[in-house]
Amino acid sequence: MKKISIDPITRLEGHGRIDIFLDEEGEVANAYLVIPELRGFEKFCQGRPVEELPRITARICGVCPEAHLMASAKACDAVYHVDPPPAGKKLRELFYSAFYVADHTTHFYILGAPDFVMGPDADPAVRNILGVIAKVGVETGGKVIEARARSLDIIKMLGARTVHPIGAIPGGMSKPLSAEERVDVEESARWMVDFAQFTIQLFNDLVLANKEYVDLILSDPYTLPTYYMGLVDDKNRVNFYDGLVRVVDPEGEELVKYAPAQYLDNVAERVEPWTYVKIPYLKKIGWKGFVGGKDSGVYQATPLSRLNAADGMATPLAQAEYERMYETLGGKPVHQTLATHWARIIELLYAAERLLELTMDPEITDRNVRTIPTETPTEGVGIVEAPRGTLTHHYVTDEQGLVTECNLIVGTTNNIAPMSISIRQAAQGLIKKGEVISEGLLNMVEMAFRAYDPCMSCATHALPGRMPLEVRILDSTGQLVERLSQGLA
Amino acid sequence: MAGKPRVAFYWAGSCGGCEIAVLEIRERILDLAQAVDIIFWPVAMDFKYQDVEAMEDGSIDVCFFNGAIRSAENEHLARLFRAKSKTLVAYGSCAHEGCIPGLANLSDREGIFEVVYRENPSVENPEKLVPVTRYDLPEGEVELPTFYDTVRTLGQTVPVDYSVPGCPPQAHQSWAVFEAFVKGELPPVGSVIGAGEKTVCDECEHVKEEKKVKQFFRIHEIVPDEKKCLLEQGIICAGPATRSGCGALCPTANLPCRGCYGPPPGVVDQGAKFLSAVASVVDANTEEEAARIVSQIADPIGTFYRFGLAASLLRRRKLDQ
Ligand code: SF4
Ligand code: SF4
Repeated sequence: MKKISIDPITRLEGHGRIDIFLDEEGEVANAYLVIPELRGFEKFCQGRPVEELPRITARICGVCPEAHLMASAKACDAVYHVDPPPAGKKLRELFYSAFYVADHTTHFYILGAPDFVMGPDADPAVRNILGVIAKVGVETGGKVIEARARSLDIIKMLGARTVHPIGAIPGGMSKPLSAEERVDVEESARWMVDFAQFTIQLFNDLVLANKEYVDLILSDPYTLPTYYMGLVDDKNRVNFYDGLVRVVDPEGEELVKYAPAQYLDNVAERVEPWTYVKIPYLKKIGWKGFVGGKDSGVYQATPLSRLNAADGMATPLAQAEYERMYETLGGKPVHQTLATHWARIIELLYAAERLLELTMDPEITDRNVRTIPTETPTEGVGIVEAPRGTLTHHYVTDEQGLVTECNLIVGTTNNIAPMSISIRQAAQGLIKKGEVISEGLLNMVEMAFRAYDPCMSCATHALPGRMPLEVRILDSTGQLVERLSQGLA
Repeated sequence: MAGKPRVAFYWAGSCGGCEIAVLEIRERILDLAQAVDIIFWPVAMDFKYQDVEAMEDGSIDVCFFNGAIRSAENEHLARLFRAKSKTLVAYGSCAHEGCIPGLANLSDREGIFEVVYRENPSVENPEKLVPVTRYDLPEGEVELPTFYDTVRTLGQTVPVDYSVPGCPPQAHQSWAVFEAFVKGELPPVGSVIGAGEKTVCDECEHVKEEKKVKQFFRIHEIVPDEKKCLLEQGIICAGPATRSGCGALCPTANLPCRGCYGPPPGVVDQGAKFLSAVASVVDANTEEEAARIVSQIADPIGTFYRFGLAASLLRRRKLDQ
């Protein structure tokens, strides 16, 4: 049996690798997404004072530390049975909305756009953000940098730092927003709403107007019906910061809607001896292997999943786009993983609109941003939507608030099983009789998991970057038979 | 140096934040790309291991290496980059002193595997499996690098020429470091670069009044005065035991420094220095009273050695074997 290794696929808590095995006929037998790194936060958070966990767990990820900061602060609120004052909650959501603008912008322009703007089989030398900018204009590149800079300035304003910001603590935020600061945030939020609309227009013109791309989005290798997960508000609309976790089945029917404290009834994790990452699945449906469909507990937690799991968006412009997407793609739910890019920019628009709403809220500059906890700490769960999926932090403490148990189900890991399936499907569609069709194959396989924006792809955030991808075909003795590479020096 | 310096960036066991932090020099990235020849940079450019292996020893002028040494793969790459680089820089707290993931040295591989793969309440693992370095799947064998018992710093693994502290290093400091390399204006080998020569307190705007405290508070317990020194209000702050350079960022959010820039000049063990700084603000008439007040501090090891355990004199909890 031959083995094809794609190594390294860059960061997901470090490096990642895809091993594709071919059978005797040269057809794809299976594909494995192997994560060779572990750091063990669940263990060494034990013994730490729980109020320090927002700062400690932020170090899980340098790309989305804001998500860990927020999930952790919410878990701390629950541990201390404390409810932050309205301005405290709103400031957290404001901060978090600014983060979403930065993160989704980065993903869409740097990782997603090159495939659609330049074409999946364009020369790798131009299939990158520089190629995108050359094609759509330097002005667009400037806007992308500005969107990131404006978001980071808001994060620093409230969180003191950009990478690994602080500021969210048990009971609220550590400092209020001043009236002068609010004016700056409002100005940026207005700019961001325009920018998000500009982005959607760009997507319309370059992607939706091109039949070839629409066909690619709708093609079989990129179609994966599974359960979908996402946080929703009391009207079942998408929310990133707070609410209940809703799961819908592949037909779009609600399976369950659970509060953070009930996550253990709903999600379980599987250990596989060939990877350091655990593989979550829906507990009530059960683990049936790396397969999609209604009988399998595999679920997706991505921008598209969040839209599938919700009934709509809470802001008007994003809601209109939400409706248009489902009309265009033939109704809910959408199973085409490449449509995740579309869902992501609808979320970008929502984040910008929500940011603007919050800056206009008369309470946002209220000085009362934290409640001092008075009750004995016990146990708590905090859930937010990280850009890459539902993020769960669960802590148990002793009476002093020292952590005795810490459990974390992080964004990207939700999608390990569906990513593995998508990679296998893409490989099966493209590798026939042991023939690796072309260099374009590499990118097509890569596209299968890039749609999920796995954290490993975040390594290429923010600059001209492509994931390095190398396919090695090895025979059964481990002898190198052939090597193809993309975008490698 | 003849021609442009050949520069590499690489990461081992880390969160990716150091890579993102380099980007925060924003548009000056382009100036950097002009001044040096960047040959490896996972965050921005594609690369492969084979290219590094094929290079002649010493053919990289400067390698900025971030991340700690957590696994056999990390160690392999640390050795590889050491051999290929004339100058090796431990960039960021993980490479410099182990950082927060170095707190794993309070346990070992077995302890970590037990919690992560068996005890965590969401785990369904009736067979009590844990990952293994070689595993036979029906379709063939899959390998994983060995996960070590102990987190080591880069300098504990291979000789390091310079260290840049910070979790992550702040953009203005990184820029100063890049400029120093381009201009060839470097201090003696072994120096900490990209930081100040004082303590965080020297950059902090919270005012010290030489006040003593009878009681310590945890961050969620009181709302501090925004103008006054946090430590003098009883909130444990690492400022006096931490090297300057970040611009005293954390206190600007009314939260204490946790020490990510490592020990100040001349101090070997940040935790010991931190403890004595804390003891010096205690208002006690007797030693017993002082001891009682200091004993209120929750989680002394995780507080005093938050970022520096792996590099400290303690280094790790004793292994059973
Ligand atoms: S102890 Fe902390 S708050 Fe006080 S001056 Fe030093 S850094 Fe600032
Ligand atoms: S104040 Fe302390 S913890 Fe915060 S960035 Fe500076 S050195 Fe690091």
